[in-house]
Parts: sequence; C-alpha cells; structure tokens
Amino acid sequence: MSSGALLPVLILAVMVLTFGALLIVGTGLLGPRKVIKSAAKEMPYECGLPGQETKDTKVSVRFYLTAILFILFDIEIIFMYPWAIQYMDSLKDGSGGYMLGVMGVFVGLFVIGLIWEVKSKALDWK
Amino acid sequence: MPQIQLGLGVDSTETIINVIKMFALFLLMVQLVPLLVWVERRGSAFIQNRYGPNRVGPLGLLQLLADAVKFLFKEEFRPKKGVAFMYYFAPIMALLPGALSFASIPLSVPITLQGENWGPYNFVLQGYDLGIGIVFILGISSLGVYSLLMAGWGSSNKYSLMGALRASAQAISYELALSLSLVGILMVYGTFSFTEIVAQQQGPLTFNFMGQQQVWSFLPNWGIFYQPLGALLFFAATFAEANRLPFDLPEAEGELVAGFHTEYAGFKLLMFYIGEYGHMLVASCLLATFYFGGYNIPGVTPAEVTAFFASYVGEGNLSQILTAVTYHVSLLLRVLLFLWVFIHVRWTLPRFRYDQLMDLGWKTMLPWALFNACATAVILWLFQS
Repeated sequence: MSSGALLPVLILAVMVLTFGALLIVGTGLLGPRKVIKSAAKEMPYECGLPGQETKDTKVSVRFYLTAILFILFDIEIIFMYPWAIQYMDSLKDGSGGYMLGVMGVFVGLFVIGLIWEVKSKALDWK
Repeated sequence: MPQIQLGLGVDSTETIINVIKMFALFLLMVQLVPLLVWVERRGSAFIQNRYGPNRVGPLGLLQLLADAVKFLFKEEFRPKKGVAFMYYFAPIMALLPGALSFASIPLSVPITLQGENWGPYNFVLQGYDLGIGIVFILGISSLGVYSLLMAGWGSSNKYSLMGALRASAQAISYELALSLSLVGILMVYGTFSFTEIVAQQQGPLTFNFMGQQQVWSFLPNWGIFYQPLGALLFFAATFAEANRLPFDLPEAEGELVAGFHTEYAGFKLLMFYIGEYGHMLVASCLLATFYFGGYNIPGVTPAEVTAFFASYVGEGNLSQILTAVTYHVSLLLRVLLFLWVFIHVRWTLPRFRYDQLMDLGWKTMLPWALFNACATAVILWLFQS
C-alpha cells in the first residue's frame, strides 16, 4: 500500500473537522447577542455549593496504572494479528503445528503476565 | 514522472464523485442521529408505558428537527476557567472516529456502470477500501478517547474530569477484549479486508472436518457459526466502547452529574451524541459484516439477483443499481436490528458499579477472549489435519 492510498482518509477527516468547526462558529453567530455575564454563571458547575475548583484536581493513580497496562497488553494483542492472518494458509501447507507451537509460547507469556497482574492487585478498584 | 496512486479514482470525474460520496456517507451518519434519538425516545416510552415525543409532526418525528433548530440558536457559553482550545476541539473531534470508520465499511455490492460513450465505471458503496479494514477501524475508533479526555480537561470541572478519566479507562480496557475477540475472525477468514470477509460468507455453511469438506446447506456461511463466543464478546465490548448502558459509568448521574459533557450545551452537546450514535452505527455494521454475512442474502448470489432484475428491466445499468439497492437493504435490516438491540438493552439492564465494570473487562472478558482465540486455533488445527 502506497502512502497516497491514505489520502481519502485525510480528505474526509478535513471535511469532518471543517463541518464541526463551522457548526460551532455558526452557533456562536446565531446565538443571542445580549448575554448576561456573571461570576456565578461562568463558574464550573457545582451542585448547589460554592465551587471549590482548582486546576490540579487530584485523580486516582489507578487510571495511570490502567493506561500503562493497556499499552502492554494492546501491543501483545496486535502482535497476534499478522500471525492470525497467516494461520489458515500455514495449516494448508502443513506448517500449522509449528505456527501453533510458536503462538502457544507467546500466549503462555501473555497468560503469565495477566495472572501476575491480577495477583499483584493492580486491577483491583475497591 | 512516476504515477502516484491516490486511491481516489482514475480521472478527475471519478475523484470528484468519490469525494462527494465520502461526504454523503458522513452526512448519512449525521442524519441517522435524529432518527435514532427519536427511536430511542419513542422506544423507551413504550418500554416504560408512556407516550414519548408525539406532538411535533406525525408521531413526533419532527421533534429532533425542532431540537436541532433550538440547539443552533442557543447562547454560546464557555466556562471561564476552562482551556478554550480543548473545550471547543473535543466535540469536533468526537465526530471523527465514527465518520472515518463508517466510510471504510462496504455497504453493498459494487455497481459496474457502462454508458454509450463513457467506459465501464466501478461504483463501490464504500468511502474508501484500504485493504486493512479491521486494523484501520480499531486504530481510528481509539481516537475517541482523545475527545473524551479533551472534554474533561478543557472544562476544568471535577465532574467532567472524573467522567472523562472513567470513560477513557473503560474504553481502553474494553478495547483489549474487543481486539482480542477479533483474532478468531482473522484466523477463520485470513484477511483484514471487509469486502473479502463478506465475499467469504456467501453460500451455505462449509467447513473442513477431519480433513473432509462438509456442506450444511440449511445454514448460511456466516461468521457467527464459526465464532459464537467471539461474537458475544465483540458485541458486549462495543457497548462499553460506545459508552452505552449498562456501561455508561462516565455519566452516572447520581455521582458525576453528566460526566465529561457536564459543561457542554446546545450543538456542542449534540456533537457528542452524533459521535456516540456513530459509534453504535459502526459497531452494528461491523457486527453484521463479521458475524452475520454482511450484505449477503442467504440462498442467492449477486449474479442471480442481477439476472432476476434483468428479466424485468433488461440487462444494463438499472438492473445493477437495483441489485445494489437490494443488497444494501439486506445489510440495513441487520444494522437496524442491532441498533434496536443497543437501545433495548439500555432500557432493560441497570448500570454496573465501576469496580464491577473493570473486573468484567479485565478479569472476565479478556481471559474469555484469549480462550476464544486459543480454542479457535486448536480447533482449526484439529479439523484441518
């Protein structure tokens, strides 16, 4: 596949982004001109209390942990894709047993990783 | 000068037609949203034994048009503490994954048009065929996470931020099960291309058992018969990817107000909904394409359908177009059925708790998807040899 084959994707992406931007600009132009501004209105939404927002809201470290684990596992899964594509062909030409063994080792490592991850309580949200 | 393959057609006419076609597919996705919202509101009303929108237009069908006009004339508002670029870019970005993925799905059989003084022209009901369909869609649909995170961060509201973090953690967790459940499909069909996957699902159920070919003529050759567990896992994971109930933790009203779109109103909010319904549409199309024969009609081939139409309207362009329309309707019926299942599930099942949701993704669906891939590999090996 040449790099030019992705050009339609780029064209559609530009069209969609332009469409979205025009909508936002358009609603800005069509909306009411006279708007009442007040400090309470521009405050971040809060449910009946005075807002106490700061920019650096603390969030649980579990989210970062999940993201790191996702990257590891996602890459491992993506490695299975080219193998899966070739599998049927190699079954037909007789090298299926070898392919299965190779993938067995890889999946074994994957499973060990997953078990270790569950054991180390990295996935517990309680 | 080397010829650069642009993937847009052989001459300028074809290029222009293809660009218009891509935009038309995007508009098709956008215009489906009001219809789906209407179906969702009417459907939920009937499920909950009430009326739903029934005042504007026949059966309330124009309700969403009225809503859209109202959205257009809403006051422009931005929280002062927010990050302007992220706040405005997030809803625009929400349109991208659905639109780009939907354009790469084949919607019907190709039409070959032949005029008197213009050559045979192949018209495909598909924005672009990249040949790497599945990988492309998996990659593009992950971009939705950026939209969520930008919305959460750009609003500078603790509810938005928490909703966005929850939504993105959920989306990436279920993406693992989603992509792993497709490994079985890749093994069975041996290709990334949607067109080839659909072509392989034609005819009766055919498989090798102990080295001998078996044909079960009473069943169509659909993916669901090869990958029943994979289909179930894929379907469940798409619910989480589209942030639909029972996986709509990002907007759990009791705790997070409205999640990542708390600070959004008017058309910017509607754009998030276009993204969500686009996601549902793509998920339904993929489910039909991978597991339910795509646009195939069981029992007949495209050539037979064309011959049938040709016996009424004569050979030529019209019979080709009628065939393509028939096949498109065949896909559309499946897609609409799955969209209804999405909506029905929303009004049937209660929401998970967040730790239950993450446990389900990582400790239940991921191992089962892995089991599905391994079992498929072993069974294929046993049956083939």
